[in-house]
Amino acid sequence: MQQIINFLVRNKSFLLFLLLFSLSLFFTIQSHTYHKSKFINSANFLTGGIYESVNGIGQYFNLKEENQKLLEENNRLKSVIFNDENELKVDFTLDSTLVNQYELTAAQVYKNSYSATNNYLTINKGKRDSIHEDLGVITSKGIIGIVDNTSNKYARVMSVLNTNSRINAQLKKTDHFGTLRWNGVSPKIIQLTDIQGLAKVTVGDTVTTSGNSTIFPKGIPVGEVVSFKLVETEDVYTIDILPFNDMTNIGHVYIIENKDAKEIKTLNNPNE
Amino acid sequence: MNNVVTTNIVRFIVLVLAQALVLNNINFLGYINPYIYILFIILFPIKNNRMLFIFLSFLLGLCVDLFLDSGGVHAAACVTIAYIRPLVLKFSFGMIYEHQTIKFNNTELGQRLSYFAILIFIHHLLLFSLETFNTSKILLILTKTLFSGIFTLLLCLLITVLFSQKRK
Repeated sequence: MQQIINFLVRNKSFLLFLLLFSLSLFFTIQSHTYHKSKFINSANFLTGGIYESVNGIGQYFNLKEENQKLLEENNRLKSVIFNDENELKVDFTLDSTLVNQYELTAAQVYKNSYSATNNYLTINKGKRDSIHEDLGVITSKGIIGIVDNTSNKYARVMSVLNTNSRINAQLKKTDHFGTLRWNGVSPKIIQLTDIQGLAKVTVGDTVTTSGNSTIFPKGIPVGEVVSFKLVETEDVYTIDILPFNDMTNIGHVYIIENKDAKEIKTLNNPNE
Repeated sequence: MNNVVTTNIVRFIVLVLAQALVLNNINFLGYINPYIYILFIILFPIKNNRMLFIFLSFLLGLCVDLFLDSGGVHAAACVTIAYIRPLVLKFSFGMIYEHQTIKFNNTELGQRLSYFAILIFIHHLLLFSLETFNTSKILLILTKTLFSGIFTLLLCLLITVLFSQKRK
């Protein structure tokens, strides 16, 4: 017994080192697992608050660009409305529950990273704005990622530039769907995998979300095909995509909530 | 003694904030960021309570992790270099360290360079391998380590030269 205590006292710094090192390894491994990193994330009141106050200064530098983006989006939406009025409209409002299936919330990005292998954004909407996990996040140009952690005032978004991210996407032209992921190399190129070998892919094709999951509605733009290759052994394509969003420069985002998500999920998993 | 404690507390806070708010947004050539917050570990007083030192390094890494959403990679790297620092000190400074009389401002540039470089490269290698967490991307890890390491080393040397208090 005496010897054990002696051993502990003699090696106490090594033991402390081992303890702390394994603790940080535990956090690291958790962060590589989807939906597990509960403790260490930037959506808490301290880091969120600091990012907020710094963002108060920083946002003025991007005002011009942000205005330009908003103007473009307004322009696009206006043209949709005006062109729509000239056509014969079919009234879809027979069932009022159909109208508001998707609800959007505007938010501001406080922190954005793109140089690590697992990138996250921090935004200024949280639980008190009824934001919760598994909501989709987009900009006017295309998708950004999925909310993966929330605090009262802030939320953390798993960017598409995250090696853990898996999002359902499809070729706009042919409706063949696959999985959107990122290999961690360049923030300008993301990958669309598992597209059937039967599909006809050409460079320049648009890729959109597929609507197979409850997170994103169908048809949100992702990017365009820059190159593709056929994986011979599995007869599936791996496609490199240039995202429409410049992931390095994001100011305002929209959070999409699918009101029917719960219903669809219980339908698909009747056991739960 | 009190002076030393306050200096280190201020250094801790300033370095974490600088790292999170400024230095991590540099992204030189897309991915090269300096990680100068480890200056806290490098410049920590030599005569110290080792347990406290290791624990403070863990806290430093964890704070940076909180800001950068990186799980525990910074904490792991920081704890490691804090633990092996006495070895590196002995290797770089030799006899002066044995007598516990080091003042970083008075040491030779070559010795200081080797001390800084060893700690920084070990930290970065561990940091990027844990962050990538994938053995098939070893080349990416090594390039990131090399370039970020050089950037960090240059900045650390510059900062220590600028902020050294030389009274003539």
